[in-house]
Amino acid sequence: MGMTIAEKILAQHAGKDVVRPGELITARVDMVLGNDITSPLAINEFKKIGVNRVFDKDRIALVPDHFTPNKDIKSAEQSKLLREFAREHQITYYYEVGRMGIEHALLPEEGLALPGEIIIGADSHTCTYGALGAMSTGVGSTDMAAAMALGEAWFKVPSTLKFVFNGKLQPWVSGKDLVLYLIGKIGVDGALYRSMEFWGEMISSLSMDSRLAMCNMAIEAGAKCGIIEPDQITLDYVTPRAKRNFTPVYVDKDAEYEKVYTFSGDEIEPQVAFPHLPENTRGISEVGEVRLDQVVIGSCTNGRMEDLRIAAEILRGKKVHRDVRLLIIPGTQNIVRQAMREGLLEIFIAAEAVVSTPTCGPCLGGHMGILANGERALATTNRNFVGRMGHPGSEVYLSNPAIAAASAIAGKICAPGEVL
Amino acid sequence: MQGYVWKFGNDIDTDAIIPARYLNTSDPAELAKHLMEDADESFPSKVKAGDMIVALKNFGCGSSREHAPLAIKAGGVACVIAHSFARIFYRNAINIGLPILESPAAAEKIEQGHEIRVDLAAGTIENLSTGEIYQAAPFPPFMQTIMDKGGLIGYVKWRLESEQS
Ligand code: SF4
Repeated sequence: MGMTIAEKILAQHAGKDVVRPGELITARVDMVLGNDITSPLAINEFKKIGVNRVFDKDRIALVPDHFTPNKDIKSAEQSKLLREFAREHQITYYYEVGRMGIEHALLPEEGLALPGEIIIGADSHTCTYGALGAMSTGVGSTDMAAAMALGEAWFKVPSTLKFVFNGKLQPWVSGKDLVLYLIGKIGVDGALYRSMEFWGEMISSLSMDSRLAMCNMAIEAGAKCGIIEPDQITLDYVTPRAKRNFTPVYVDKDAEYEKVYTFSGDEIEPQVAFPHLPENTRGISEVGEVRLDQVVIGSCTNGRMEDLRIAAEILRGKKVHRDVRLLIIPGTQNIVRQAMREGLLEIFIAAEAVVSTPTCGPCLGGHMGILANGERALATTNRNFVGRMGHPGSEVYLSNPAIAAASAIAGKICAPGEVL
Repeated sequence: MQGYVWKFGNDIDTDAIIPARYLNTSDPAELAKHLMEDADESFPSKVKAGDMIVALKNFGCGSSREHAPLAIKAGGVACVIAHSFARIFYRNAINIGLPILESPAAAEKIEQGHEIRVDLAAGTIENLSTGEIYQAAPFPPFMQTIMDKGGLIGYVKWRLESEQS
């Protein structure tokens, strides 16, 4: 009996021929990640272990992205802890403001997440790198501390759900819509503890940016990871940037799945998730009248080049609605630079949007665009829990960048066709 | 252990347990002041040491913030029982030594204000208010070892020491 991609990667890293769902194993990790919220806790725990060095200074990435550039004194203190730890242990991949990006936009771009690897990060959206064929998953700060000391972590081998997307992508449909649609079908605990594998014609035709957006939200279905088998698109993306040698892992022909879901692309239009759970999805044609105070285009889900290009295509020559604040937050410094070269920043600013330095910012209600009581936002982010972007009495809707850009112009949630 | 129950529903996310606006610190006592604030504003002032949380499905979904189980522990909550837990919350709780039990039956039947007694080693939950007894699946031995060492850090220290000797 064969293994799924997650099972195969876990087995290899645990030095075993085979692993089966439910098995508890200890496996070597290729990369350990932390940010300015989770690393301070991890660093304190690391100190308690009593080892005096990290397992490998080239296999730890520290990215202060959530409350940076530091929003207040307390967050400045947290970032300082990170910076000092990085200096003390000569961490190669510490990214200071000016070089940093949102961690899950940054690591793929930097070639630090690669096919066939295990990556753990003290951030739930670490599952993003499944788009590159890695088994990557979010853990807590204590896990991060232990992994920084030992270079390994404990795992329960997940069973795998297979999702097949047949057919062709409809206009304005991206990886974000496929994953929102899927979460709408199976619910926010529909893949609890599971590995998800994404297959089918639609997946093969998705760009890397769209795949990253899709796998980013595997956690929103409760999954441990969401994986796309490496193909030519993957290799074209990782080969020029890889910081390490890597070996792609492919699924076994006779891999065993807990369940197989099949969707047809023809029925999937751009999706909008209503408050207060990502599973409250509707097709754009069923949204109705939803007026907006703020629109956010950014985050580790949709702050990449493709997202900005789509937004610019819609915003070119238009103005943001007078009652709406549009915030555009490119994911990394490289993306800011590329957007500048392509003239996208010019289009955004001419449309009267705010363009920010890379940061998580409003995505988690941190800073840079917090909502007041009763305010309503549409965001290309990944979570719309109560209070996620500010006051517990505010509301967040989720969509792809095309819907977000069009809605910023219209002042209410709408399809791009309505403003173009 | 024995305590008073606070009951919560489905999909209680980590933003409800401890909102991100308070994550500019990782001091557990500071975090505990805002425990469950967005789900029930007065919760931090009502919860007493030894109380227990009982919730339905997918407790702790969302972020990987360990601040969530830390805030619960520092808030004095002795144990969390749920129909199911989100996976990162589950491992975080084990790793920091916060007792948690998965029992769909207990999660359905136990109500706010009930008095319950929990035997972690046996996995039994006794509802003193109704007399019902529920059985949760006991921890696999590996996780039990982590709990016995007081959490993952204690476990790692113990492992490093035994490798040396
Ligand atoms: S952009 Fe949002 S979801 Fe992504 S890492 Fe930052 S806070 Fe988390």
